[in-house]
Amino acid sequence: MPDVLEVEKLRKEYGDLVAVDDVSFTVGEGQSLAVVGESGSGKTTIAKMIIGLERPTSGRISACGNDRSIPARAAGKRRLRGREVQIVFQDPYTSLDPRHSAEAAIDEVLRIHHGWTAERRKERVAQLAGLVGLDGRQRSVPPKSLSGGQRQRVAIARALAAEPKLLILDESVAALDVSIQAQVLNLLADIRDATGISYLLISHDLAVVRQLTEQVIVMRKGSVVERGPTAAVLDHPQHPYTQLLRESVPRPGWQPQRRISALPVGDRGAAPVPV
Amino acid sequence: MTPPNRPEAGNLLAVTGLRVTLGAGTVLRGVDLAIRPGEAVGLVGESGSGKSMTAKAIGRLLPRGARSAGTIAFDGSDVYALDARGLRGYRGQVAMVFQDPRAHVNPVRKVGDFMTEALRANAGVTKADAYAQAADMLGQVGLDSKLLRQYPHELSGGMLQRVMIAAALLTRPRLLLADEPTTALDVTTQAEVMAILAELRRDFGLALLFITHDLELAAAVCDRTAVMYAGQIVEVRDSALLHTDPLHPYTAALGAARPDIDRSQARLRAIPGRPLSGFEAPESACAFAPRCAHAAPGCETELPMLTDLDGGQSRCLRAAELRGTLGVTAGA
Repeated sequence: MPDVLEVEKLRKEYGDLVAVDDVSFTVGEGQSLAVVGESGSGKTTIAKMIIGLERPTSGRISACGNDRSIPARAAGKRRLRGREVQIVFQDPYTSLDPRHSAEAAIDEVLRIHHGWTAERRKERVAQLAGLVGLDGRQRSVPPKSLSGGQRQRVAIARALAAEPKLLILDESVAALDVSIQAQVLNLLADIRDATGISYLLISHDLAVVRQLTEQVIVMRKGSVVERGPTAAVLDHPQHPYTQLLRESVPRPGWQPQRRISALPVGDRGAAPVPV
Repeated sequence: MTPPNRPEAGNLLAVTGLRVTLGAGTVLRGVDLAIRPGEAVGLVGESGSGKSMTAKAIGRLLPRGARSAGTIAFDGSDVYALDARGLRGYRGQVAMVFQDPRAHVNPVRKVGDFMTEALRANAGVTKADAYAQAADMLGQVGLDSKLLRQYPHELSGGMLQRVMIAAALLTRPRLLLADEPTTALDVTTQAEVMAILAELRRDFGLALLFITHDLELAAAVCDRTAVMYAGQIVEVRDSALLHTDPLHPYTAALGAARPDIDRSQARLRAIPGRPLSGFEAPESACAFAPRCAHAAPGCETELPMLTDLDGGQSRCLRAAELRGTLGVTAGA
């Protein structure tokens, strides 16, 4: 049984800038891996390369045993890849078609990916909408009539409609209100229990990372600086950058520190510390 | 003991019974909030709670067409009765920093131009003097004075936010209104900006109204924290007690809903439903009651008042009954 996702020695350059440098990881079936790091650390670039929106400069990506290092051109091939990996972006406002209701958005994915009858699709739309907790009204109105949390559920249901083996969550809960974020995180845990799906969670929020994932890689300036089980990395961070991230989380009695620049800075993303 | 949130002599800022309506909708439904000189007060709430509108009202920056009632007094004088000259003076004493610094600078003007504008226009400071003060203030927020000759697009978000803070402090204000100033920043940059704010508050005796959706951040950096829901303040509490002994079920539920960085939980204690905005809230019932784990039949028929309790305030009919039982340790 191959891993759901294998990423090997992945590298992406934009001109002189090395956005992603020698990044390798795997995600097994039903596992959840977090990629943490700050803006510019390369974490979203990795997601884009996995779903074929960017072409790696070098390195290898494979999902469910199928190589996808180079973005697919042919529609049929793209469709096949869509069955393996789906993504939910941070901003549900811009990732949904403003003219499509939740039902239409989910149905479109079902039509593209499964050769089902209208009746069967309708049944599945209802199932998926129910899974993410959308009520009757919310299923039939355009996105503008939904709140941010509701839209994000539509985006999740739509991604799940393709029945992917891996769901990439690119800061998918970051913009949600705290009370809604908890609902969505619980929902994601339920879906994993029910379907055995794997998650690749891209996040800067260490508490969310702790809640949803078992493994974590910490990125800085394009390179992995630390990796391991989420609990161990957060409880006993080894790399100074991970320690700094951990220290920067507000808590009772927190004394925020100045001088982030005291940290050794790798030149243009070159790996300062081997892992 | 004097209730901490009551308008009284000696308060730097006193907001009393503030109501704001936009079109047909009521956004703020009676906000009472006081800030003492040098005090840091957090204003926490989810989207639509009215926290930003409260800051806008204090800054006299309400959107066109908004109608307001109630009073806002700064240093004892009514902010909404100020004439143009008085307003300029007020704006020198009350500075503001917003979430998105890029939306609040002129992209074609240099940082130095932007920073010294208020000093030169309103305080009659010469250009050379204003630039010297700006350079000094940049140093205070850990930036090089050569930035004065650069354009906003040459600066990172964190640097630009520090420029905004430095600019805000140039007129030596007594109160800083900071509306989600670190939300768009990375956590390490957030820590840096918060550290700078804490230092400047000490050095300048500056009072702070810190508006955020992040209960933990507010509790960590503010003396007191006010929690808003549906256009009203539902709790005011010493920040140190916010987690261990909150007075309102909503505050307790917010604290419990956040994932914990120190442990993963089988299930998060999510609050059912979604947050209401002020204009959706019922006039004669507790707005939080439909989502509240402690709601009783009376909560659906009576609008609770903000009432003093245990050194803080709570807008909950059952507050006295529930006291001491809502804390993180008590509820876990």
